[in-house]
Amino acid sequence: MPNKINDIEKIAKQLHMPVYKKDWNKNTRKRDYTPRKDLQTQSEKIVDLETAIKASGLKDGMTISFHHHFRNGDKIVNLVVAKLAEMGFKNLTLAASSLSEVHAPLIEYIKSGVITSIQTSGLRGDLADAISHGLMDKPVIFRSHGGRAAAIANDEIHIDVAFLGASSCDYLGNANGYSRSGTEKSICGSLGYAKVDAEYADKVIILTDNLVPYPNVPVAIAESEVDYIVLVDEVGETGKISSGALRQTKNPRDLLLAQIAAKVVVNSGYFYDGFSMQTGSGGASLAVTQFIREAMKENNIKARYALGGITGHMVQLHEEGLIEKLLDVQSFDIVASQSLKNNRFHQQINANVYANPFDNGSAINWLDVVLLSALEVDVNFNVNVLTGSNGIIRGAIGGHPDTSAGAALSVILCPLLRGRIPCVVDKVTTVITPGDTVDVIVTDYGVAVNPNRPDVAERLKRARINVVPISELKAIADGVIGKPDPLPFGEKIVGVVTSRDGAVLDVIHEIVEED
Amino acid sequence: MKERLRRTMMFVPGNNPSMMQDAHIYGPDSIMLDLEDSVTMAQKDAARFLVYNALKTIKYGKTETVVRINPLSTPYGAKDIEAVVRAGVQVIRMPKTETKEEVLEVEREIARVEKEIGVPVGKTLIMAAIEGALGVINAYQIATASPRMMGIALGAEDYCANLKTSRTKEGVELMLARQTIVVAARAAGIAALDTVFSDLNDMETFENEVRLIKNMGFDGKSIINPRQIEIVNKIFAPTEREILKAKDILAAIEEAKAKGSGVVSLNGKMVDKPVVIRAERTIQMALACGVITEDEIGGEI
Repeated sequence: MPNKINDIEKIAKQLHMPVYKKDWNKNTRKRDYTPRKDLQTQSEKIVDLETAIKASGLKDGMTISFHHHFRNGDKIVNLVVAKLAEMGFKNLTLAASSLSEVHAPLIEYIKSGVITSIQTSGLRGDLADAISHGLMDKPVIFRSHGGRAAAIANDEIHIDVAFLGASSCDYLGNANGYSRSGTEKSICGSLGYAKVDAEYADKVIILTDNLVPYPNVPVAIAESEVDYIVLVDEVGETGKISSGALRQTKNPRDLLLAQIAAKVVVNSGYFYDGFSMQTGSGGASLAVTQFIREAMKENNIKARYALGGITGHMVQLHEEGLIEKLLDVQSFDIVASQSLKNNRFHQQINANVYANPFDNGSAINWLDVVLLSALEVDVNFNVNVLTGSNGIIRGAIGGHPDTSAGAALSVILCPLLRGRIPCVVDKVTTVITPGDTVDVIVTDYGVAVNPNRPDVAERLKRARINVVPISELKAIADGVIGKPDPLPFGEKIVGVVTSRDGAVLDVIHEIVEED
Repeated sequence: MKERLRRTMMFVPGNNPSMMQDAHIYGPDSIMLDLEDSVTMAQKDAARFLVYNALKTIKYGKTETVVRINPLSTPYGAKDIEAVVRAGVQVIRMPKTETKEEVLEVEREIARVEKEIGVPVGKTLIMAAIEGALGVINAYQIATASPRMMGIALGAEDYCANLKTSRTKEGVELMLARQTIVVAARAAGIAALDTVFSDLNDMETFENEVRLIKNMGFDGKSIINPRQIEIVNKIFAPTEREILKAKDILAAIEEAKAKGSGVVSLNGKMVDKPVVIRAERTIQMALACGVITEDEIGGEI
């Protein structure tokens, strides 16, 4: 007959484990007989912003992070940075997944030394303008969405404190960009970019305007990753987060580009039953979905999945059964956000699952086709989506280089001319997506195919698509517009564009205003 | 080129450089740069200057260039002709044409400028928009006023005002004008073009109207937005059945030629001349619309 007590002690010794005693487990939570409904309102995680910041251990010189799921309706960045300034913080690095027009107040906090360094996917509006004119001493580091996720995972960006806005959060910290409780003041859908920050940041503070009962499922950011919860008046301004309705472009040029691009996709060799696709959110890219939809119906073709920033148009196809699954790192409109909330096969993914360049399993690598817009392309197929024709930062890298590199076919939609601005040039102002990852450029004057894709060129020609050398497109643009004067760049570097894997790909110089 | 495909003539305001810059990329058969109604008095000179430079600078490719000038009775008409003929426009469109004499006046002005700049006299074509009751009555005289005449078009808005009526979805008010214009154009051997349809939110009525005017015999329609092009082209494109039939007829002609026979027969029936003409037109239209390729018809027709 074995002696249990002896054996317990013996095996515990062997396994270097303690032996259970009644008082041994004193560090774990005591049993509590309070009705849980009363208990959860006493969550110790819920504090005010100042307390959360103090408790997070944030110090001068550290890195704080934000997500951009509230886009131009974001209320979080300005609120938090104002508080940090008030509390006397200096020399902080602001690592946001992206920044918008609404973040112009940061200019003051940069001037006063609260923020001395920025990492982001994009900049817009007055902030972008000021930075392009040399506002900051340190250049802004621009990363793609996949590049940022990888940099965070590899600790190239070490986030000390993440301030993450959420459309809903329960008392324990389970947060999301929507809520099935239906009480959101504003809804942003996926929190795909924020999920990475939550996973890797030392401290995570959720800011929400919608505390919901536990458990707030489905969960985007789980309570185990959340240190503090701060209740704020408003996380975002609904109308500015995203458009409410399905956007239907009537712009004839966008429609023309979309129509040609859809024809390119259909005849590319990558349009088959079970294919996968992603589109951008520009007017032309949105319209492409409609034309591809028609072709899918006509040819009885269904897509296995659509990826990325999910649009209402993608949702429409999903609900019609034309796209099996939606992988959503960012919801581009209310329709997409609602679908994420309601549709079973519309799933939220984080930015690493979406586009980590070091992971073969990233969803971008399983894409057949991606359709993207551009501000500028050059004769070597390089694409610029960041700096405008005046040399001033006015956009975001987004997932552009990630998806171009990942997909089997990358198609760029770009008008040849925008008013008096040529969009096919000798050399793009800023290289964002290197030409060797760009296969087809669709313009309103013809379709250029990268010489390293003769297979695609051949198929498009066979479909009687107007395939022309890119040099010819450039010549047409030059013929109409002539050679623009060089931009008034100064010596100072205001931005560094990194490649997906974190290398320096290009630099952005300051713009020197002429008198 | 006097005879060509003119399914769509797209109106582009002459004071809008960004629209003029690439109006042709949408594939209209003709573009009509407007110096008349879409340009305010204060902008007349600026628009003329812009249109002149657009014609000089932009390669409109296969698209026919048309400029709608102001009437010669205004202070702008003669200047318009001077500028656009010098810029090498293909067609001058006269607005509100009522008599043959008006055409002759415009022709004299054009000829004067052509001589001055040393281009062959007669190179610049004329088309006339008929926009009133008198114009309709004189349609044949207008259509045959000059060898430069390439077509006549209906301008329905002014016409309806003149007739003391307004436009309906069915277009009953335009019946006589449309029929008169088609008959006059055919009698003169030139093109007949229908009026614009302005409600871009009502594509259904637009489509019905295009179908109607196609059946009436018009060569094409004036349009105001690129979104209308596809619909017009779709309706004007021959159907697969029409093409097949036309191909059979043309094959029968070839067969007859090979046999040295003057009589063409298909399935035991003699093929009349009008049937042959229609078959040829169907194939030409199908080619122009891109519905078939040269290869598919086995070479020239």
